[in-house]
Amino acid sequence: MNKKIIAAALLGAGLLSAGPASAVTEIQWWHSMAGALGDKVNEIAQKFNASQSEYKVTPVYKGQYDESMTAAIAAYRAGNPPGILQVFEVGTATMMASHGAIMPVYKLMADAHEKFNPKDYLPAVTSYFSDTKGHLLSMPFNSSTQVLYINKDAFKKAGLDPNKPPKTWPELEKDAEKLKASGMSCAFTTGWQSWVQMESFSAWHNVPFATKQNGFGGLDTRLVFNGPVQVRHIQNLGNMAKKGLFTYVGRKDEPNGKFSGGDCGMLTQSSGAYANIKANAKFEFGVSPLPYYPDVKGAPQNTIIGGATLWVMTQKNKEVYKGIAKFFTFLSSTDIQVDWHKSTGYVPITLAAYEEAKKQGLYQERPGFDTAIKELTNKAPTPNSKGLRLGNFVQIRNVIDEELESVWSGQKTAKQALDEGVKRGNELLVRFQKANQ
Amino acid sequence: MEKRAQFSSRWLPYVLVSPQIAVTLVFFFWPALQALYWSALLQDAFASKTQFVWFDNFEALFQDSIYLASFKVTALFSALVAAIGLAISLLLAVLADRVLRGARAYKALLVWPYAVAPAVAGVLWVFLLSPSIGVVAYMLRSIGVDWNYYVHSDQALLLVVVAAVWKQISYNFLFFLAGLQSIPASLVEAAAIDGAGPVRRFWTIVFPLLSPTTFFLLVVNVVYAFFDTFAIIDATTQGGPAQATQILVFKVYQDGVQALDLGGSAAQSVVLMLIVISLTVIQFRYVERKVQY
Repeated sequence: MNKKIIAAALLGAGLLSAGPASAVTEIQWWHSMAGALGDKVNEIAQKFNASQSEYKVTPVYKGQYDESMTAAIAAYRAGNPPGILQVFEVGTATMMASHGAIMPVYKLMADAHEKFNPKDYLPAVTSYFSDTKGHLLSMPFNSSTQVLYINKDAFKKAGLDPNKPPKTWPELEKDAEKLKASGMSCAFTTGWQSWVQMESFSAWHNVPFATKQNGFGGLDTRLVFNGPVQVRHIQNLGNMAKKGLFTYVGRKDEPNGKFSGGDCGMLTQSSGAYANIKANAKFEFGVSPLPYYPDVKGAPQNTIIGGATLWVMTQKNKEVYKGIAKFFTFLSSTDIQVDWHKSTGYVPITLAAYEEAKKQGLYQERPGFDTAIKELTNKAPTPNSKGLRLGNFVQIRNVIDEELESVWSGQKTAKQALDEGVKRGNELLVRFQKANQ
Repeated sequence: MEKRAQFSSRWLPYVLVSPQIAVTLVFFFWPALQALYWSALLQDAFASKTQFVWFDNFEALFQDSIYLASFKVTALFSALVAAIGLAISLLLAVLADRVLRGARAYKALLVWPYAVAPAVAGVLWVFLLSPSIGVVAYMLRSIGVDWNYYVHSDQALLLVVVAAVWKQISYNFLFFLAGLQSIPASLVEAAAIDGAGPVRRFWTIVFPLLSPTTFFLLVVNVVYAFFDTFAIIDATTQGGPAQATQILVFKVYQDGVQALDLGGSAAQSVVLMLIVISLTVIQFRYVERKVQY
């Protein structure tokens, strides 16, 4: 409470002193980091504010990702947008298509003469947020990817080697059978099914999710995720669901509790769930890369990221840009990044921070903590694994969720569901194209 | 007998109602007109490009099989919520009407759920029934019920209906109780003297006399199921699995707020507005006539 009062007082003071006499330029940073993550965001801003006296970054929690984005768009329409806005990866195409509402990061850094080399950042992270020419449009902030968590105690009980997590999907199915035979009610479950089992699955097997380089090549992109590799995988999962080897318990983070409570033996979920699982699991667990199909050529490729980046919104006061550029340099510094990585489980965004974390022995201390980075950097990203840039992506994910659910409940075959998903999703893409042409 | 206030000046009554009119204009008519206008627009999220597309949004809407399916879900959901909600609260009201000792305590307890916000009600039911953390879900599984409303659409529908009914029972209860207490005791006593049993008395005297209340509550409950249950759905199933609980108002929210498709969302809200207008017309034409004050 005290913090809030102080923040409000500071904010008030900032507003009052915004006259010409004041030298401090205030930068509003709207974000969606609640709880411990929110404290970390405040800490970063405070450190930056203490490091210099010209600019002041004020973080404001604006609700969940979709809420803060809606709020920022409303503010933009009213002519008063925040300087920095945290946007989830799904909103990327919407932000990009906004004519004149955003200031691309590469341009911001160049205009401010701030030292900036995109090569310093993890390629799998920057590729998701760059245009076709390789220019970085938004600043990577909290990025995660999908990993496989296993309950080592349950593996032992089922007569499996806890140090040999399944590497491939066929292996995972066999392990699931053993786990079930040992009396587990839920052998395998997954969170964020569209993101894990469809989007990143496609990248991991180097097959396209949508045409035009997964949408990077233009607004006339169309979905193609009903290819043989995806259909086969979803059908397998559907069959596993029927046999009781795969238990579906929700679209987002709902499965985490099932896994950390000891009900489920295996879980595919965001690497960002590490801290949460560590805090709640009363058993030994392991983290390993996502499984793949060994007979698919090129697999495993690299996984794609999730999480959010920081977008700069156009400002009337050009001085704000300079401050944001300075703040981004500060944010990318190795100390800040290592600390962020360690305390949150999100991947470090720069290669230097990754090296530093290695040097500090973080990954010996926490085995499997670097799985995410290894997956992301497994191979150089291809057009199929750079990321996704689809308009109306929030709705498309809803469509995929709905269609997958009809496979898990046995109402549709994988082929029927994915064909229908492509058809419905393409209608949304056509609509987005019309609205933005 | 009608009572009519007499005003000495012509304009005073208008001045007196003007604040209410102003509120209605600003908070009801203005947004409704905005929705009408927006439903004919196609716009990107940042409003940098706006096209006037006439009825394209509506056309797209009614070609969308999912939207049409959402109508069916909404109809089924509202029918269940209204029917079950009315039946249970009528039963409770009849029972509470007879209670002699501690009647106030019973009534207070029965009215309690009305004070709970719909979102909180949703969360309460999630804590009970969520397949991953729910207490009741755990017990159900231990007796062999495959409880998982993320997969089984009938269970999801059951969950939201139960949560929505639970929330609305108090309101219905209050009206039924008031209705019961306004039925003249002499009528019921006369029937008793003629030898009618309690069941017969209820169906031939009490229930018909309650019919205006019942009809009023029916309309109110349907409107409640259409709109106010949004928070319950948002907190529990989020419309899933596979649209099994995606009612119209939830789709408006998903498309408008989450997906920022304002034109499409506005078109849906215009359709909803038409439905409510027709419900209200029905209520006024048929209910008002029958009500005896």
